[in-house]
Amino acid sequence: MKLIDGYPQYMLDSIKKVEDKRMENIGKSIEPLTMEERQAVLSQFHPDFMDSSKRAVKVGVDKGNESYNGIVDLLESPSILDTSEVDLTKIDFDVDMLIIGGGGAGTVAALFALENGVPLDKILITTKLRHGDANSMMAQGGIQAADRPEDSPPIHYLDIYGGGHFTNKPELAKAMAMDAPGIIKWHEELGVMYDRHDNGEFQELSGGGTSRNRMHSAKDYTGMELMRNIRDRSRNLDIPVLEFCPIVELLLDDQGIVSGGVAFNIETHEYYVIRAKATIMATGGSGRLHLAGYPTTNHYGATGDGLVMAYHVGANLRDLDTIQIHPTGDIYPDPVIGILSTEKIRGLGAKPINVNGDPFVFPLEPRDVESAAFLKECDKGNGITTPTGMPGIWLDSPMIDIIHGEGTVYEKLAGEVRKFRRFGIDMAKHPILVYPTYHYQNGGVEINEKCETAVPGLYAAGEVTGGVHGKNRLMGNSLLDYNVFGRRAGIYAAEYVKTRTVGKLSLAHIDEYNKAVEEAGLKSGVKAPILLPEYRGKEALARALDIL
Amino acid sequence: MSTEANNEAARQANAADTPEVSIVNIFVMGKRYQVPAGLTIMAAIEYAGYQLIRACGCRAGFCGACSTVYRKDDEQKLHFALACQTTVEDGMYLVQIPFVPASKAKYMIEDLKAEENTILSMYPEIARCVSCNTCTKSCPQDIKVMMYIQNALRGDIAKAAELSFDCIQCGMCAMRCPADIKHYHVGQLARRLRGKYIDTQSQDLKKRVAEVEGGQYDKEIEELVGMSEEQLRGLYNKREIEAKKKKKEGE
Ligand SMILES: Cc1cc2nc3c(=O)[nH]c(=O)nc-3n(C[C@H](O)[C@H](O)[C@H](O)COP(=O)(O)OP(=O)(O)OC[C@H]3O[C@@H](n4cnc5c(N)ncnc54)[C@H](O)[C@@H]3O)c2cc1C
Ligand code: SF4
Ligand code: SF4
Ligand code: FES
Repeated sequence: MKLIDGYPQYMLDSIKKVEDKRMENIGKSIEPLTMEERQAVLSQFHPDFMDSSKRAVKVGVDKGNESYNGIVDLLESPSILDTSEVDLTKIDFDVDMLIIGGGGAGTVAALFALENGVPLDKILITTKLRHGDANSMMAQGGIQAADRPEDSPPIHYLDIYGGGHFTNKPELAKAMAMDAPGIIKWHEELGVMYDRHDNGEFQELSGGGTSRNRMHSAKDYTGMELMRNIRDRSRNLDIPVLEFCPIVELLLDDQGIVSGGVAFNIETHEYYVIRAKATIMATGGSGRLHLAGYPTTNHYGATGDGLVMAYHVGANLRDLDTIQIHPTGDIYPDPVIGILSTEKIRGLGAKPINVNGDPFVFPLEPRDVESAAFLKECDKGNGITTPTGMPGIWLDSPMIDIIHGEGTVYEKLAGEVRKFRRFGIDMAKHPILVYPTYHYQNGGVEINEKCETAVPGLYAAGEVTGGVHGKNRLMGNSLLDYNVFGRRAGIYAAEYVKTRTVGKLSLAHIDEYNKAVEEAGLKSGVKAPILLPEYRGKEALARALDIL
Repeated sequence: MSTEANNEAARQANAADTPEVSIVNIFVMGKRYQVPAGLTIMAAIEYAGYQLIRACGCRAGFCGACSTVYRKDDEQKLHFALACQTTVEDGMYLVQIPFVPASKAKYMIEDLKAEENTILSMYPEIARCVSCNTCTKSCPQDIKVMMYIQNALRGDIAKAAELSFDCIQCGMCAMRCPADIKHYHVGQLARRLRGKYIDTQSQDLKKRVAEVEGGQYDKEIEELVGMSEEQLRGLYNKREIEAKKKKKEGE
């Protein structure tokens, strides 16, 4: 197929229409939808509203509650851990605090646990891949905090709460809004290079569903800049990290209190018993479960393990009947399908445009609404079809330079520019093609404002948790989430450690859970947690011998 | 263009130019596999039957886990790429570099000062740079690596920070440097020094933190927390949207 500037001729024909109407489209403003209109488009086009996406779980503490099928499949599976192979009398690591997940939430928790008196050699982070291989590293757009004079934490609170369709836990939304300025201050002290004006004030952009411009960013590598800073801090302090050792199940003691976990070395295939006085679940999201069949923006290890492990010890989950699909996943060319094009592109003024060159939606609706509007436009036949038959919507990135001056795209969106340049597309010159992608797990393990779960001894923070964002999260609030609740988890768990004595370790709950699955006649065919997604070629798999 | 016309055009473009999926030969650490063209190196290795544990992280060009070195059948040149961001080509001999040993200086940022020789004193080997530019040529992010090292050496921390900003810490520069420089650790230190000491700090933020700590918003937020959904909906729907207001003012 012949490509000109990265696109086949027929796509360039549509781009021509986008170009012809560009100046007019920049001036044309489309009103945000009313609440009624939002509801209408959501109920018709968003996967959250489709009966086929979810079902009620038949086993465990949430029996009868609906979640996405891909999550219920895991909850209705036996454990991956064969408990008879684990010798609980041999303790490999004996610590005060086990932190599961070396992403943003886990690392922040470790830093604050240390600051709040847990000794260095009594903290252990275990993580699935490398320290920092995490969704936190990938965030581009920014982090919210109400620090401008025209903004305030109460206004932020209202945005969080309304954005979550009034389903958030109020005390968690409050913690977010109120802690946010202090978190940015902490970042300043660590040396995070936020984008600033010459006078030192932050350059703050608007984001979908927010009423004030409060998005702090570090070019389009905000997540990376935060994560590498926080990780550098952790490395300088020598906080112990066990890489390539995911936790596969949690341990209980004879009082039914969570007391550590069993780690599995995915390189040598041995397990380690880790005893801990407090355990913090910080395993992040579940994009790699490809819920509802969507591609995903998430990192390779985002397989929802934390949900499964917490559920196995009796912690309840919530709001997993909703997921966040992000409107601007890439859909062309094929190698980038699912990868995110940051919301900042719209924040800077680029508008979504249909095949005829016309805008059709307010560019900064909340993500679920914006996504549904894209799905609707494609359903109407106004999408652009890629050479492999996928529909997409133009995101008219060249508008940005017209609005903010030439060079803005290259300067503010360097990562995005680089991604498309690898495939011959110059996004300052031509629009890019997007389609919704599975981005964020809205719900998860329910916590309170101290990050306590329903089960004593178990804390949780970050994307694995439920309640902070209710049934929908706004842009920039999850980087904030992992900082606010990572910090709180570290502080409150450090407090808890002081009074805790651990009894006799047990994995009986896993055997019981397996039995319950069997008795309910559930046959999912997998074992959970799955740890890694399966992407090997079908033929290769069919001929594999299962010897490990 | 109507959908049907658009679909038809897509079909034709596809049919005319790619009669069927073409297959390319790749060599994974010397072993030949046949994979469909159009896959990324990462997906091609998986297609061949490997389950990745090392050399795979974000799958989107952000983490530097998937550094790959390759040479093509008929070429002298050694290429450097991210496996998740590069499409396979026929005759690629591939090897993944899952880890780069590179010692890091230990420091507490609050104990440092952003002075001309701060970086040099912690990474003295930067003085040994022979300006061969190999680091720059190895960087999959197209960063001017040698330039940021030179700036660090000269004591221009702000510039070193700026030039190294897009570094994903893949380590390919450090793998090849004849002077044993750990570029990405140098860049990290430069950025933290700049963020903490060189960039002007925000006064608005300082003020807001003091206000929050002083309890200025406690009453208002408690009121909101205590409100019924209906009351909150009322307030929410009446919010003034700054982005929209500015647009109306023609900004
Ligand atoms: C492409 C992208 C862009 C984004 N952009 C933004 C943005 O602009 N603004 C914003 O606010 N948010 C954004 N987000 C969301 C935000 O980055 C994440 O929600 C947040 O960083 C999650 O932090 P976390 O610490 O909870 O999880 P993560 O950072 O994902 O960390 C979880 C860690 O746990 C590890 N782990 C998983 N399972 C196990 C196990 N069984 N045992 C041990 N370890 C395990 C993982 O490997 C990982 O290291 C974005 C997300 C993505 C993917
Ligand atoms: S500067 Fe070095 S470590 Fe950073 S991206 Fe370039 S080659 Fe990789
Ligand atoms: S590879 Fe090493 S010696 Fe060569 S230019 Fe880069 S830093 Fe200098
Ligand atoms: S897997 Fe992260 S950069 Fe390729």
